[in-house]
Amino acid sequence: MSAQHESGSLETQIDQWREYLRRRQAIHSVDVAELEDHLREQVSALVASGLATDEAFLVAVKRMGELDSLSREFAREHSDRLWKQLVMVNDAGDTRAPARSDAIMAVCLAVVAAVVIKLAMTFIDLDQDGGRFARNLSLFILPILTGYFVWKRKLASSTVRWIAAAFIVAAFFANIYPFKPEGYTEILSVLHLPIALWLAVGIAYAGGRWNQVGGRMDFIRFSGELFIYYVLIALGGGVLTGFMALIFQAIGMDVEPFFESWLLPCGAAGAVLIASWLVEAKQSVIENMAPVLTRLFTPLFAALLITFLVTLLVTGRGIDVEREALIAFDLLLAVVLALMLYSVSARDPLQPPGAFDVLQVVLVVSALLANAFALWAIAARITEFGFTPNRVAALGENILLLVNLAWSAVLYTRFLRGRGAFQDLERWQTNYLPVFAGWAAIVVIIFPPLFGYI
Amino acid sequence: MDINKDLIAASSTPIVLAILAEEDSYGYAILKRVRELSGGRMDWTDGMLYPVLHRLERLGLIEAKWQVADTGRRRKYYSITAAGRSQLIEERRQWQAVDETLRGIWQALRLPASAVQQLQGA
Repeated sequence: MSAQHESGSLETQIDQWREYLRRRQAIHSVDVAELEDHLREQVSALVASGLATDEAFLVAVKRMGELDSLSREFAREHSDRLWKQLVMVNDAGDTRAPARSDAIMAVCLAVVAAVVIKLAMTFIDLDQDGGRFARNLSLFILPILTGYFVWKRKLASSTVRWIAAAFIVAAFFANIYPFKPEGYTEILSVLHLPIALWLAVGIAYAGGRWNQVGGRMDFIRFSGELFIYYVLIALGGGVLTGFMALIFQAIGMDVEPFFESWLLPCGAAGAVLIASWLVEAKQSVIENMAPVLTRLFTPLFAALLITFLVTLLVTGRGIDVEREALIAFDLLLAVVLALMLYSVSARDPLQPPGAFDVLQVVLVVSALLANAFALWAIAARITEFGFTPNRVAALGENILLLVNLAWSAVLYTRFLRGRGAFQDLERWQTNYLPVFAGWAAIVVIIFPPLFGYI
Repeated sequence: MDINKDLIAASSTPIVLAILAEEDSYGYAILKRVRELSGGRMDWTDGMLYPVLHRLERLGLIEAKWQVADTGRRRKYYSITAAGRSQLIEERRQWQAVDETLRGIWQALRLPASAVQQLQGA
């Protein structure tokens, strides 16, 4: 009777202990199960050596270690789980106060970004010198965003100096060249400078964790979520503007000039800062949108590509390389890479391979095959077309993406067959980030003089 | 005797790998084996073993499997992988080098050590 009573109270105590552990975000329920098994084993060993059940429970819990330091150890090992709350940065203390100061800082910097854009529009004549404005666009916004992370992560001044140097070099090369107005190299520079500078933002974002796979992976997550937030804000802004136009029209006023010269540029600039802040602050509200979209679109893209390949083989049609076919295939590879990156970033590295992983490999391999057809068609006729800057840039990007995806496919297959760890794939993807930035920098710095600023 | 935290942390990888190289095991039994082997001198906090196991699993050095134990409860068993075995050989090489270095210097210091003992005896 008393033994029954004792075991009943032990169950209650273990229940309470389990509930308490579950509240720690770093310790998942599967880990709790493992720890519980340990606790029960320990309790029964202590009971066997003569302790009463409740004494044994207390000793066993104490041996397990202090829960705070235990969950800190778990957090260190499973930092991806904590991405949502980022307690790694504010290790101790109240997290509410920093959240408010983050918000104030983000709003202030958004206003600064809006003012900077407005000043630039005032001082650069958009009709005469629109190219200059476009080339410098990323230099108006990204340093402010970087500044936000420098402030938030309390970056070391040596890192800040390197990042500042990168922005100064970028400003130099964006403005020094005598571009032919709206020539190919100018457009390439406009498109590639933000890609190169995004690496500087990443280094600031990672805040000293850039040399770790986890830090770079967090940056990849951040980039995807930022994109989604930005699109959502833009859609909301569109609705707002629509209503504004409608109701002012009712009183006979045209808001278009105000919209074009104030609302659109200032809103678009400020939204970058607000979206970045939201990604971090509201992470658990929209929980990991990028992976959800990835789950949705990976099967659809795989189906599309397989249908395309089958059609290509059955009808025997060649790929039409007359127009900018290569750019279309570059974009395709980039989308496939993004689908892969975001499913990798959200995947629990410890999970065994599943059907979705196979699908992922199918997607990557079919994208590689489709791209091989395109490259083959272009290689056969490249001498005929000549090397324009656009084609060389597109070809370079194609090769970079091809190498990345081909090796990813190899690593993924190894993982599926149990010959490698998932970690290898993560490391490969995160190590590759600087390569994209490097190529973008080459396009910005070397292409204009190489092709005579056309 | 308290062994300092850094030493415990540094030696945890080879110890866990070596125990799993003996046979597949689970958390509680691994800890018991550590106490046995060290004669109770290396006392790990129980909970701290699990983050170590998860790290080794993530690195692909060990594998985990849930099985039903004799007690009827589900239990997570760990086993060493091929990569784990080669890591163990590498760890062993390094620890032997450290051990030999220390042995060499203890040898050279033998005299003062006995002097210390004499002082303690007096």
